[in-house]
Amino acid sequence: MLEVQNVGCVRGDRRLFDKINFSLTPGTVLHLTGPNGSGKTSLLRIICGLMAPEEGEIRWQGANIRSLAEEYFAAIIYIGHSIAVKEELTSLENLRISSGLAGIDVTRKEAYSVLGKMGLTGRENLAARLLSEGQRRRSALARLLTCRAPLWVLDEVLTSLDKAAVVLMKSLIEEHLSKGGLAVIATHQELNLSASSFQRLELAS
Amino acid sequence: MFRWIVARDLTLAWRRRADVLSTLFFFVIVVSLFPLGIGPEMQLLRSIAPGVVWVAALLASMLSLNRVFANDYQDGTLEQMLLTPQPLYLVVLGKVFAQWLVAEVPLVLIAPLLGVQFDLAPNALIILFVSLLMGTPVLSLIGSIGAALTLGLRGGGVLIALLILPLYIPVLIFGAGAVDASIIGASPQANVYLLGAVLVISLVFAPWATSAALRISLE
Repeated sequence: MLEVQNVGCVRGDRRLFDKINFSLTPGTVLHLTGPNGSGKTSLLRIICGLMAPEEGEIRWQGANIRSLAEEYFAAIIYIGHSIAVKEELTSLENLRISSGLAGIDVTRKEAYSVLGKMGLTGRENLAARLLSEGQRRRSALARLLTCRAPLWVLDEVLTSLDKAAVVLMKSLIEEHLSKGGLAVIATHQELNLSASSFQRLELAS
Repeated sequence: MFRWIVARDLTLAWRRRADVLSTLFFFVIVVSLFPLGIGPEMQLLRSIAPGVVWVAALLASMLSLNRVFANDYQDGTLEQMLLTPQPLYLVVLGKVFAQWLVAEVPLVLIAPLLGVQFDLAPNALIILFVSLLMGTPVLSLIGSIGAALTLGLRGGGVLIALLILPLYIPVLIFGAGAVDASIIGASPQANVYLLGAVLVISLVFAPWATSAALRISLE
C-alpha cells in the first residue's frame, strides 16, 4: 500500500503543488493529469524517492520510503521521460542489463520472448539508435514484464506509441492490476481502463 | 549487480573505442613531446621523467572523467541506477572500476615503454609501473566525485579540472617520488606505502562521496 501524505513541492522559487494526499491499495491505479509544468513529473520523482518532498512524506507498507531505501527500490519500477535505453546497445542487451541492474537475471530466451511480446520480433539484435522512437519506447517498456515489482510509476508512458502498442500497454497495466499490482501513471491521454478501482488526480497549474 | 555494471560499461566502451584510444594517444603524445623538445640530454631527461609521466597521466585521466556519468545522465540510465535495490556505493564502485579498466589501465601498461625514451633504468621502469598501477585507481575514484558534482552543468569539463586537480596532488607527489627515489638509488618503499594508504582511503570514502553527489545532482 502506497500512501502520499501532505506532499508539497517547490522548484526554484515556484511552488508547484502542496497538500497532495492519496493512498493506493493493491489493484488500484492513479491517473495523474494536469497541464504542462504543473508538476506531474516532480510528483512521480518524489514518489520514487529520487527527489525529497518539500514537506510531507511517502509511505510504503506503512513505513517512510526514506527509511526503507533499497527495500523500497526493489518494489518499484520507474519509467520516466528519459527512457534509459542505451543507443549503442541492442534491445536484447538493454533489456537484460536494465533487469540485471534491478537485481533480476534474465536469460536470452526469456528476453527474446518478452521482446516478442512487445512487438520487437526480429529487432532484438539491432542497436537501439537504429530503432524508431516508438520501438525504443517499446523496448524500454519490456522491463515491466521482466521485473515483477508491485508498484509501477510511469511518466508519459503512451507517448510515441502507435495504436496497437497503446492497446498492448493498457492490457499490460490491467493485467498488472488484476494481479494485485499498483500503478501511478501520468499521461495526457485517456486511460479508459476497466480496472475496478481507478483514481484520478488533477494537478492545477 | 556489480558484474552487470562492469560488463555494461565495458561493452559500451568497446562500441565507442575512439573515446578510449583518444585518451591513450593523448598520453603517449604528451609524454613523447618532452624528449623531442629537450633533446638527447640523458641526465636531464632521467630527472624529469617521473614528473612528466605522472603529470601526463593526471591530464589524460581528466579527459575521460567527464564521460563517467554524463552519458548515463542524459539518457536517464543514471536515474535507474539510483533506483536499484542495491547500495549506490556498489553501483559507483562498479562504474569507477570499469572506467579505470578502460581509461587508465592502457596508460599503466604503456608507461614503461614510454619511460625508455627518458633513459630510465629497468628498476625505475618497474617502480613507474607499480606506482601508476596503485595511483591511477585513486585518480578514477577522486575524479568520480568531481564528475558527479559537475553533472549537468555547462562548462563542466573545466570545472572538473579545477575541482579535482588539486586533490590529485598527493598522488602526484608520492607517485613521482617513488620513481625519483628509485632513479637516485634510494628505496621507493616509503612513497609506495603512502600511495597504498591514499588508495585505501579513497577506496573507502570516494564512492560514498560520489553517491551523495549523484543524489544531489539528480534531484
